Amino acid sequence: MAQDIQNAVIAVLIENESGALARVVGLFSGRGYNIESLTVSAVDAERKLSRITVVTSGTEMVIAQIKAQLARLIPVHGVCDLTATGPHVAREMALVKVVSHGETRTEGMRIADAFRAHIVDTTSGSFVFELTGSTEKLDAFVELMRPLGLAEVSRTGIAAIGRGPQTFYSNQESF
Amino acid sequence: MNASRQQEETNTKALSGAEVLLRVLVEQEVEVVFGYPGGAVLPIYDALFRQNRIRHILVRHEQAAVHAAEAYARSTGKVGVVLVTSGPGATNAVTGLVDALMDSIPLICLSGQVPTALIGNDAFQEADTTGITRPATKHNYLVKRPSDLAPIVREAFEVASGGRPGPVLIDLPKDITVGNAPLPTSGEGRLHRRYAPRLDADADAIKQTIAAMKRAKRPLFYTGGGIINSGPKASEGLRELARRTGVPVTSTLMGLGAFPTTDKQFLGMLGMHGSYEANLATHGCDLLIALGSRFDDRVTGRVDAFSPNSFKVHADIDPAQINKIIKIDVPLLGDVGRTIEALLQAWDGEGQDLSPWWAQIEGWRALDSLGFQQDMSPEAIIRPQYAVRRLYEMTQRLGRDTFVTTEVGQHQMWAAQHFQFDKPNRWLTSGGLGTMGYGLPAAVGAQIAHPDALVIDIAGEASTLMNIQELGTIAQYRLPVKLFILNNRYMGMVRQWQELLHGSRYSQSYSEALPDFIRLAEAFHGTGLRATNVGELDGVIEKMLAHDGPVVADICVAQDENCFPMIPSGAPHNEMLLGPDQEANAAKITQEGMMLV
Ligand SMILES: Cc1ncc(C[n+]2csc(CCOP(=O)(O)OP(=O)(O)O)c2C)c(N)n1
Repeated sequence: MAQDIQNAVIAVLIENESGALARVVGLFSGRGYNIESLTVSAVDAERKLSRITVVTSGTEMVIAQIKAQLARLIPVHGVCDLTATGPHVAREMALVKVVSHGETRTEGMRIADAFRAHIVDTTSGSFVFELTGSTEKLDAFVELMRPLGLAEVSRTGIAAIGRGPQTFYSNQESF
Repeated sequence: MNASRQQEETNTKALSGAEVLLRVLVEQEVEVVFGYPGGAVLPIYDALFRQNRIRHILVRHEQAAVHAAEAYARSTGKVGVVLVTSGPGATNAVTGLVDALMDSIPLICLSGQVPTALIGNDAFQEADTTGITRPATKHNYLVKRPSDLAPIVREAFEVASGGRPGPVLIDLPKDITVGNAPLPTSGEGRLHRRYAPRLDADADAIKQTIAAMKRAKRPLFYTGGGIINSGPKASEGLRELARRTGVPVTSTLMGLGAFPTTDKQFLGMLGMHGSYEANLATHGCDLLIALGSRFDDRVTGRVDAFSPNSFKVHADIDPAQINKIIKIDVPLLGDVGRTIEALLQAWDGEGQDLSPWWAQIEGWRALDSLGFQQDMSPEAIIRPQYAVRRLYEMTQRLGRDTFVTTEVGQHQMWAAQHFQFDKPNRWLTSGGLGTMGYGLPAAVGAQIAHPDALVIDIAGEASTLMNIQELGTIAQYRLPVKLFILNNRYMGMVRQWQELLHGSRYSQSYSEALPDFIRLAEAFHGTGLRATNVGELDGVIEKMLAHDGPVVADICVAQDENCFPMIPSGAPHNEMLLGPDQEANAAKITQEGMMLV
């Protein structure tokens, strides 16, 4: 039997109420599922909905379990496996602080330029870069900054959405 | 706001939250609440005092309130209701909630909470009840606004009983129950999207199942508690389906009674302490149809060796059960009763000849794996299996509707193996969580629900002591509950595992300083009886059954008896141990079994 570990990017629409996120996180911790990234924010004020994007990994059976378990939480409106339903875009944002002087300072700016990172704060001895992109791109940037005085990193985790005219509801799996 | 709505608001203006709560409970046809008071729920107790629609049963411990409500629910098919105070009241209820969650029992637990303004301040008797019970419930609520009260309670009933049933907790801050609350018109103000689990299995999946049933030479129905949860029609459907297809039936612990255990087509329970024929049939079948059962590890044993050559169909209302442990070929997602109905309609009676399969099964059955040796001389020591069999036979003669609850341990397995259940909802045991202390409060719940029925808790002496205080509840409500203790002076199941796996080092499993159960019964205004040998057994059972008040029967049984047959954990179904002196024998029989499968 194929026991290959695969990654899944799962979008969950959930009632924006207290305890809702705890339910989702508790489900993962209580059942020993992996969380690689988790983001959450309100997306629909009128219907009081939040969207969670969770990146997880496991065997095919485990991922099917995760989706079924998520779907049966009462405040969950829908579950959509973006990895399974077609191409999707996934983006992450990072704020990267570099403390440096002289040569390394210019080098840092040059790399930031190549990555299209914005400078959102600067002093004579430091920068804060803002960078958006795929997780891999962010990882690469952080690695390049490391020898140049990398001091602190803050990352948002992945937000993802399906490509094309299809929407969450049309892609949602029925349970 | 329209006129009638306005009218209603004025009408209900004077109602406190507690009164609104009780009104909604009445509307939900609640007749009984099991509970224990405290500061945070006093307004609710006051409202209870001033009405006579809902009966309150005062237990002696909140865990017992939940178990009683569980048994009430399971024996009636209704939703059980529990009322506990904040802090320690709620935390005491947690074991019961997890028990109900594991066994899919529909339950509402109303817990008191400190006033909204004090939440989070470490106020007296404050606990983060919704936090603590989040993984212990199917869903939980903290009521924050008076206007949410009625809709939340209504929704809670829907969630508790819909789909795969389970416990739902509603945390009620004191200001919510004290203050005024509007009573909305029925059905109004649902909070969440309609909670609507799918009820009818996919038509194509039904077709595939029927095709598989026609092909199968060695089919087997593996039935579980879901059939009982689905209601009596599911059990009737199962009987009809088994009769019309001739397929053998095995059951989980939770499913006992859905199919008559005395029926020729019933193979006994499967799993760790299941019968030889049920387990070898499970191992050797070519089509396994799981109906409302969830492939618990006590059933599957070694997962990769579970029913290795069968095509697998799984009917369950909970999508999360499908493919959870065992890869399924055809899922039948929906209410299992309706699924059985659909299968019955689609079955045209043209299956394979099952007589070779039955011949094989009869071969296994001939082994009589549940057999035991009882020396019948009057002075002989009582075998626990014999005590259960005599109890069953003697209750049969009475012809009364009989409910059996159990604690957890060897006695539970012997009760499952040797007591017979021909109707659903009569067997009340803690399957998923295996909670010692379940049986006595469960007997309270069953007896409250069925005042004229015979209710027996088949218990171990160690388990009995876990919720022994409920003898007080039994006395207060004059419940004629029979507590039938198979007293082996050991935590027998622990002792058995220590014998098999830990070199007979009986670390802490001997029940030292046991009470005198006769005097204990008397201290709680009941009757105590004791049997110490075979000669005394029938007399004690007879007296117990004849007495119309509560009885504690202390049945002193063999201390070293082990529960067989048994699949040692980690072994596949065809490697059962059949008995104490059969470890060598088992190998031989297993080989024989292997040849047959
Ligand atoms: C609350 C709880 N604690 C511990 C256990 C572990 N346990 C399972 S069976 C058992 C022994 C039960 O002894 P007894 O009630 O005397 O029954 P017997 O096995 O002797 O029939 C224990 C300690 C449990 N199931 N529940």
